[in-house]
Amino acid sequence: MAENTVKLHYNVDPDDFTVAGEASGAVKKVLKQLGFSPDVIRRVAVAMYECEINMVIHAQGGHIDVEITPEKIRMIHTDQGPGIKDIDKAMQEGFSTADEKVRELGFGAGMGHPNMKRYTDDLKITTEIGKGTVVDMTVLVK
Amino acid sequence: MTVKEIAEKLNLTAVCDEENTDREVTGCHIGDLLSLVMSKAQSGDAWITIQGNINVPAVASLTDCAMVIIAENIQLDPQALKRAESEGIPTYITEKSAFQLACEIKECL
Repeated sequence: MAENTVKLHYNVDPDDFTVAGEASGAVKKVLKQLGFSPDVIRRVAVAMYECEINMVIHAQGGHIDVEITPEKIRMIHTDQGPGIKDIDKAMQEGFSTADEKVRELGFGAGMGHPNMKRYTDDLKITTEIGKGTVVDMTVLVK
Repeated sequence: MTVKEIAEKLNLTAVCDEENTDREVTGCHIGDLLSLVMSKAQSGDAWITIQGNINVPAVASLTDCAMVIIAENIQLDPQALKRAESEGIPTYITEKSAFQLACEIKECL
């Protein structure tokens, strides 16, 4: 099992939309090289990108650890941002706390967390106000 | 029809068409809210948008869209162009509306 695990680590810079998506783009390429199906690649890439964008918009960046095995892809996003006040609300489609600047860039539709849930098989969010948030997502290879 | 054929038929202005223009376009999606596009756009779609920022090529790549068409004469940011080139996303601009483009694309599919 251990020798079948690929581990990747990425840092996400704060307030830099020019690099947001680099980690999900890089993971997408790795998964393609490893021969995963387009469906799995899309699910991982979209869920990761949503999370990366959230880290850039809300949390002054952070880091992402990815573990790839033949059975599943796990992505752990860790930030030291302000935390999520109301997770239930954040999970609702259409709810967003993004500002005008972010909305002008096409984000802030309130679809970030719903997309993460839709595209992953397991989503765990651990958050503490003023301390940060860990978003732990797993996509199963079926 | 391929990306290249659609671009010619619809008289689109290419801003990035070095790669992947022989790919078949299989559908069409109109959207400007990127998260919604990520949940709805399908692989092989021609994506019509009025967004021209850096995140557009990234979303097109993640959703595996065949081409991006920016409507209403909206321009692509220089940073976005750079990213479209590095990701190999065929990207076009036009003065046509999203509705007009979608009607014309329907005839091509």
